[in-house]
Order: sequence, then C-alpha cells, then structure tokens
Amino acid sequence: MTSTTSPLTAEQLSATTLLRFATAGSVDDGKSTLVGRLLHDSKSVLSDQLEAVERVSLGRGQETPDLALLTDGLRAEREQGITIDVAYRYFATARRRFILADTPGHVQYTRNMVTGASTAELAVVLVDARNGVVEQTRRHAAVAALLRVPHVVLAVNKMDLVEYAEPVFAAIAEEFTAYAASLGVPEITAIPISALTGDNVVEPSANMDWYGGPTVLEHLETVPVSHDLTDCPARFPVQYVIRPQTAEHPDYRGYAGQIASGLLRVGEAVTVLPSGRTTTISGIDALGRSVDTAWAPQSVTVRLTDDLDVSRGDLIAPSGSLPPVTQDVRATVCHLHERPLRIGERVLLKHATRTVKAIVKALPYRIDLSHGLAHENDPVALEVNDIGAVQLRTAEPLPIDTYAEARLTGAFLLIDPADGTTLTAGMAGEAFAEPPAAPAGAADDEGWDF
Amino acid sequence: MTATVTHAAQQDSPYALTHLDALESEAVHIFREVAGEFERPVVLFSGGKDSIVMLHLALKAFAPAAVPFSLLHVDTGHNFPEVLDLRDRTVAEHGLRLHVAKVQDYIDDGRLRERPDGLRNPLQTVPLTEAISAHRFDAVFGGGRRDEEKARAKERVFSLRDEFSQWDPRRQRPELWQLYNGRHAPGEHVRVFPLSNWTELDVWQYIAREAIELPEIYFAHEREVFNRGGMWLTAGEWGGPKAGEPVQTRMVRYRTVGDMSCTGAVDSAATTLDAVITEIAASRLTERGATRADDKMSEAAMEDRKREGYF
Repeated sequence: MTSTTSPLTAEQLSATTLLRFATAGSVDDGKSTLVGRLLHDSKSVLSDQLEAVERVSLGRGQETPDLALLTDGLRAEREQGITIDVAYRYFATARRRFILADTPGHVQYTRNMVTGASTAELAVVLVDARNGVVEQTRRHAAVAALLRVPHVVLAVNKMDLVEYAEPVFAAIAEEFTAYAASLGVPEITAIPISALTGDNVVEPSANMDWYGGPTVLEHLETVPVSHDLTDCPARFPVQYVIRPQTAEHPDYRGYAGQIASGLLRVGEAVTVLPSGRTTTISGIDALGRSVDTAWAPQSVTVRLTDDLDVSRGDLIAPSGSLPPVTQDVRATVCHLHERPLRIGERVLLKHATRTVKAIVKALPYRIDLSHGLAHENDPVALEVNDIGAVQLRTAEPLPIDTYAEARLTGAFLLIDPADGTTLTAGMAGEAFAEPPAAPAGAADDEGWDF
Repeated sequence: MTATVTHAAQQDSPYALTHLDALESEAVHIFREVAGEFERPVVLFSGGKDSIVMLHLALKAFAPAAVPFSLLHVDTGHNFPEVLDLRDRTVAEHGLRLHVAKVQDYIDDGRLRERPDGLRNPLQTVPLTEAISAHRFDAVFGGGRRDEEKARAKERVFSLRDEFSQWDPRRQRPELWQLYNGRHAPGEHVRVFPLSNWTELDVWQYIAREAIELPEIYFAHEREVFNRGGMWLTAGEWGGPKAGEPVQTRMVRYRTVGDMSCTGAVDSAATTLDAVITEIAASRLTERGATRADDKMSEAAMEDRKREGYF
C-alpha cells in the first residue's frame, strides 16, 4: 500500500477523516527530517515554500536546503536557533487529513509536549537506533501516558546507521514497550525507520524485509480515530444559551455546546450539574438539522423538556452516569509558566465552559520524569515544566471527571487572576493509568506482532 | 518475547466525523466560546472567501438566533467591485451591522501617506487598530489560517494583543485541549482564528459542500491584466499599468482577494467549484506564494506585520 501523492479528486477528498497527532524527539533524533519527509512526500511542501528554503539556505552558504527552515518560522527562531512553543502543520493523503502538533525538542519541552499531546490522538516518539531508549525517551513516553494519548508510535530512527539490524530494533522496541505499558499507554506500535533515506516513512523499506508492519504514514492513515470519545459517558458542557425571541421562534430555548464525550439521544433522561435538576432531552439540532442522536465531538444545540435555569458553565449528562461534583480537586498538573505555583496561591480554574476561583491547598509531590518517575514529596513550589500533584479547593462545586475516564471533562487550566496568564495544565485524578492486563494467550505469541 | 504491540488496521468507528465535520464543529465551538466570554466581539469581513466562510459558520453556530456580533471591513480603497457587491448583499440579507474603516480617509486627512510602490495592504494596520480601540472591541475574529504562512503556523486560536494591537510570539499562551483562555486587561484584546486548522483546500471543499456564494472573481473569467513581478494584476485607478506593462486579455481567476494593488490572478480554466478544487489539489504553489506581493517583500514580512497589529 502506498499513499497517493498525485492530485486528489473531489470525491477522494470529501470522505476523509481527520487525525491529530504530535511528534516528540530531541534535536538530534531526526524529528525535523521525519516531519520534512512526511510533508514533502505527501506533497504538502509546495514549490514556492521549497524555493524560499533553498534561497535562505544558499544565502547562508549551505549547499543543501535546510528542511528545519520549513518548521522554524519566526525571525527569532531562525536568527537565534531557538524554538518558540508548538507549531501546527497540515498535510493530507487520499485517506486522511492530518494536523501535526510539531513540538520543539529542546527548550522548555515538557510543557510543549504536554501542549501538543493534549489534543493528539497519536504521538510519535523518535529514538535514535544507535542510542536506544534514553532518559529523554522515557520522558516522552511518560508525557504521552500522562496525557492519555490513545496511540503511541515508537519510531526507531537511523536504522541505516545500524546496518538495518533487526535485533537492534527488537531490543529497543521491547524495552520501550515494557516501559510505556507499565505507565498505562494502551497501544504501542514500533516501526524501524530511516527518516533520512526514507525507509518505512512513506514507502516500505527494501533494506528491512524482516519487518512486515506498516510504514509510518500507512499507520497514521489507518489508526482509528475518535472511537474513544464515543465510548465514554456523555458530557455536554453548556457554552451559550440560544434564545432568538423572534416572531418566528418565540419560545425557542436551546443550549449550545460541543459534546465532550459520548452520545446524546432525544428522549434521554439527563441531569444538569452542578444544580442536580433532572429533565429529558426534547430535541437536538446539529447545525441546522434536527437529529435523534449526536456524539462527540459534534457541536450541537440541545433542547430540554422542562424550563430549567441552565446557563453557560453548566454540564448536562445522562442521569445514569454523572461525574462527581466536588469543591476539592486532586489533580496531576504540568506547570507551564516561569512564575512558580505555590501553596496558598489564589487562581482561576477553567474547566470546560466554567471558570471558578480556586486556592492551592497542597502540593503533595512532584515527579521526576527523568529518573524512573521518582516522587519528591512536599515540594516548595512547582516550577516551569514540573509535573506534580496538586490539591485545590474551588469556590463553587465543579462537575469534574477524572482525566483517565474523560480527557476533556477531566482537564482544566489554572489562570493567574491578576493578568490572565495561563499558569498550569491540570488533569484530575492520579497521574498514570494502570498498565493494561496482559491479553489471554499473549504468552503463546510467536513474537512481535507488527 | 511477549507482544503488547498491536497493529491498528481497524476501520474508523461509525462515529468518526469526516474532516470537514470535525473542522466545522471546532470552528463553531470557537465562535460560541467568544460569544460566551467577551463583551464586544467583531468579525473582520471583506467579502473574500475566508470571511464568507467565517460568517457562514457564525450563522450556523447561533441559529435560529441572529449572529451576536457586528462586522468590520478595513477598506483599502482598491477593492474589486464584485467583492464589495457581495459584501453588501450578504450584510443586508442577514440583517447584520457592518463597520467600515477606510484607508482612503486616513490618506485624505494626512494620517497615512501613500507608499511609493502603491501597495495599500500594509496601510491597513492603522485603521484596523484604531477601529478596534474606537469601538472598544475586545475580540476580533479573523479568517487567518495556520497553513497560509510560517509565522501563522505559530499563531494561537486565541491570540492576545496588547493595547497597541501588537503580537508578541514569546508572550503567547499555550493552548491545551479546547480550553481557550480569553482573559485580557482593559485596552488589550484577543484576535480569534476559528479557521486556524483549515487549509485552503478545506475552505474550498466546505464552500462546495455548503453551496456558499462567492464573488465571481474566484472563478475563471476573461480579464484585462498586465504582468508585474510575475503576477497578473488587474488594471485600475490604483496605479497600473505603467509604461512598458502591456495589457492583455487572459483567462484568469483569483485565489485570494485582497487589495487590487498586490493581489495577483492566476491563469486558470476553472469555472466551477469542482474545477477549482481539482486545480488547487494539483497546484504546486501556495495560495500566498502565488498571488500575494506583500508577503514577498521580505522573509519575515508576515511576522513583522503581525507584530505591528496586522492579522
């Protein structure tokens, strides 16, 4: 199977799905080359962009175009070689469209990878085949596990520099898989590649006939998307109340929002949180069509049977599976800002469509991702890029899931009330998921199943 | 060796959205977030394809109620008449309120000076930022897409601007999940980009799917043009053609619609939406690379203008 790089027809283009993924890798792992090759081989780098890169490269006395210039877009980045935050890139094949959160490998990277991984359904972790699993690799795996990215790809790069040797790949894949699985990463796919020569990136490698699995692009094209959102109980944060009050619609009252997880059905008994009032769904309008069911991540307008007091910030959920409502939030957080987070600090907590006041009651521990997830208990503060546990008391009750159960309604931001700065990314509940139970008969498996 | 590695060859679930539905849903979410959190939002509206798509999304987001925003057009004075016509018809059809900030007014009373090269796009920034502060807009929707330009690839969906409308890439807030932080101090505002994750092709496919009316200049037609800097420009009162720039009649269409002085046409036979989509899918040039003179002025032209307050 090769992907289509010739022009796509209108029919081919209309039925495609969207995959959001993130890359992680340090500077020397070849991330830019991999990203450059994915963009280039999928025809997403157009000739005027390439010409611009060539022009600048030549102007600097380089003989070959520096593909990193495609991704380092800002003046300061090009002049100083620094990378500012996440950039988003777009490419498409006949089967799927991709949004790539391109997270810089060096400066400030824990928070960058957390940012990129927060919306990703898949993360690509790059490893240099010569170095194997290193501290940085474990950190990437830990962030992917922490953010509950559903699919992780281990791309063992630079296979050309280890004679394309299967045992090298198998050993790295085994070590990484064992580590990531122990953190609760649900699905790991290991692929031996050479980003430089193109082996197993878009085209299958002629140098590694021992590998029978998909290329990176093939995997990106076929991995299932969105299934995990519809598996969860329904959560509908109310964004905005629509009340036209016109002659045509004198009594219309709809609650607009994007379904965060699960399915909603007309006739279903629902509860409005935090008030706890119950009613049923009398209608669902999906951007102009009246529908019987709607699911995540659709933006819809829901109408209710009873005239309740419902406003922005409320959460509508099926009465049979409600999230806990609490003023005491325990969470794992990644601190994003240079200003440290301390006990006693007053912050704003933004959860779904609701923003409430909160106070930091305790900082139970911080995690050192680099050394086997060692816990440092009772730190003085959380510094930028720190991952740790936080206990918060909120001014109002909050319907909040654990992040492990619902990625969107288990997530929140902490904001500085003084100047609006985004301080911290929060995930309610414990840091890492339980490792998945070994499937029955796994011990009989003849080997690597890719 | 036990295997926990799995090969994902499963099909997408029946609940997987098409990419256009996913992008539409995300954009609508962004419109509603702004409506819920800001006091005085405005939508930048030129009558070009991106702003028409934005308005279409806003109409869907709040239906059956009216769009709770007014519109703002920064008029360079060098507009295509077909575009102004559609702009005005659209505003009237939906009962919207349109503010117009005119570059010409600024030139006439001396607050801005015409550039020697005749380009007026760079002159838009001052009327734009002054309109924002005069009307005290606190959220300004723009049709910018991250695929357009490398500085834009770094742009947030909610982009905080200071009281001078300036963009500081180092001061950007990280954006996680769908939690957009719109907090701002008095005088500051937020630029909002609901089409951030759309590509040029997505916009066209969505226009086709939703049967959205566009100005005719987006489709191939015979037009009198002349060549300057490798682009086909339309003759007009703004200062072209000069001597030595012969006018010829060609079959062309526009990929972007901006100021006539710096927006070029491309040779094209695409007279229908399907033909345009096929042409774009096959094109080896980016939208801006093909037809925007102002982006070619320097390597960081877009970034520099964004820093000053441009979109």
